[in-house]
Amino acid sequence: MAVRLGGGQGFYGDGLDPVADLLDAGVDYLVCEALAELTLAILQKDRQRDEALGYTRDLPAYVQLAVDVLVDGRTKLVTNAGGINPVAAGRAVIDALRSKGATGLTVATVVGDDVRPLGAQLGLPADALFASAYLGARPIVDALGMGADVVVTGRVADASLFVAPLVHELGWAWDDWDRLAAGVVTGHLLECSGQVTGGNYSGPWWENPDPVRVAFPIAECEEDGSAVITKPKGTGGMVTFDTVREQLLYEVHDPAAYLNPDVVADFTSLTLTDEGDDRVRVTGTKGRPAPATYKGLVCTPAGWAGEARFAYSWPDAEAKARAAVRFLRERARRAGLAVDEWHEEYFGVNAYGGPTVDAVSDEPPEVIGRLAWRASDPAIVAAVGRGSGVRGLSGPPTISGTGRGRNGGPTQLLSVEPFFVDRAVVDARVRVDVEVV
Amino acid sequence: MARVQLRDLCGARSGDKGDVSDVALFADDEAAYEAVREAVTADRVKAHFGSLVRGPVERYEARNVLALKFVLHEALGGGAPRSLRSDNLGKTHGAALLRMWVDVPDDVAKAGRRRRAPVERG
Repeated sequence: MAVRLGGGQGFYGDGLDPVADLLDAGVDYLVCEALAELTLAILQKDRQRDEALGYTRDLPAYVQLAVDVLVDGRTKLVTNAGGINPVAAGRAVIDALRSKGATGLTVATVVGDDVRPLGAQLGLPADALFASAYLGARPIVDALGMGADVVVTGRVADASLFVAPLVHELGWAWDDWDRLAAGVVTGHLLECSGQVTGGNYSGPWWENPDPVRVAFPIAECEEDGSAVITKPKGTGGMVTFDTVREQLLYEVHDPAAYLNPDVVADFTSLTLTDEGDDRVRVTGTKGRPAPATYKGLVCTPAGWAGEARFAYSWPDAEAKARAAVRFLRERARRAGLAVDEWHEEYFGVNAYGGPTVDAVSDEPPEVIGRLAWRASDPAIVAAVGRGSGVRGLSGPPTISGTGRGRNGGPTQLLSVEPFFVDRAVVDARVRVDVEVV
Repeated sequence: MARVQLRDLCGARSGDKGDVSDVALFADDEAAYEAVREAVTADRVKAHFGSLVRGPVERYEARNVLALKFVLHEALGGGAPRSLRSDNLGKTHGAALLRMWVDVPDDVAKAGRRRRAPVERG
């Protein structure tokens, strides 16, 4: 009997309608992958404001959407939505279940990915805001073994969220490298939701059936590790050799050695077979023993950023936008403002002028100049930005707005750097908390 | 040999890991794959990206899916939460690579003519 995994989330802020389609189609596990590297930094800013935050706040919406299939035992939910505060996320899951009147469900929370308390021992920066190790599938398998209906984790590797249900259901051994690698491939293909079902497809993306409702993916997983990637019947998007291979290599670096906490997977060893009807079979994946270390991410403050946009119409749009950017930089220089980094960009197609825009002109119809800057002091960042308003009446002609969004105040920048940590040091701290609602 | 733009031979997708931009090219068929593998070296990609990529470029081959992977170091202005760039995740780097012009055998150039998206003006 194949195990059916649903890729229910690809990032913090992803769509919910396709999740309902997955649940209607029926999946054994709804797996929600919520954490990009950038997400951790966003969650850190949340936690700086409120110690009770630090998880992805759309988590309760997923729980509420799935509550019926959780209660009747058709589906289990696995998610790393805990971010940098899995304990708070576990509380949020329990609250969401109670709000729907659900009872008899077991919620497991995996903690221990936070290694900031070991910072000195690990040689991490003293000003680290968070330091998380990428855990593997094992603590989730432990949680499922304890009867968990919902498993919430912090920084577990994306693909491992999917490997865990397969190990639990199919009884794979922890040294069965080929099967574990196959599970990593399946997880990697599903972890970005719509990106394997026609989203961000660089081929004829305009031929996606019903592009308004691009489906999220399902994997039908066999005991031998092979799987079929597909999608719910009647939904939009597509699953083809092309859409699957584009996701296969997404953010993997060396495809012959994709490092996961539980195995090193060789993505060049597998075969993709397009069986038609939105079904692509993945077979033959090979794996090698897991790395000796876990990868981690450590976050430190990295100064403050400001930005300003100057939009000008044809004629001479680029020259005007560049002049405006030069103005702001020169003004900051004369004021002696210590800016550590400047960054310029120029956008533009046809926002101004509408049908009067000559599509074959060799001159851009408009240019938006964007100037961004970095300084260690937010007051300096703000002072630089205050120079931009005067351009309205004292700069080149045809400056215009870019919608209602305003140029913002100082934004804190964060540095997120990888590190490597001995597995045993982390494993000793990993714990699964279980609570029955 | 004929000169074509990579957009006519390949698809592309890109993403980030820290300050590393990770770009993949997907050839339309075996012949295009061989031609692109010949033409698009790590050195050419490094030169193509110019000031966008400050560090080295590594290339990997995935013949099983007719793809090449390029790993671009120091390519995102310090990494997403630290970068001043609008595209702090490198999502457009795949497209930027498709701008490259390459010399390929005539039959590959003739076969490689990727369709353009229709522009639907309201």
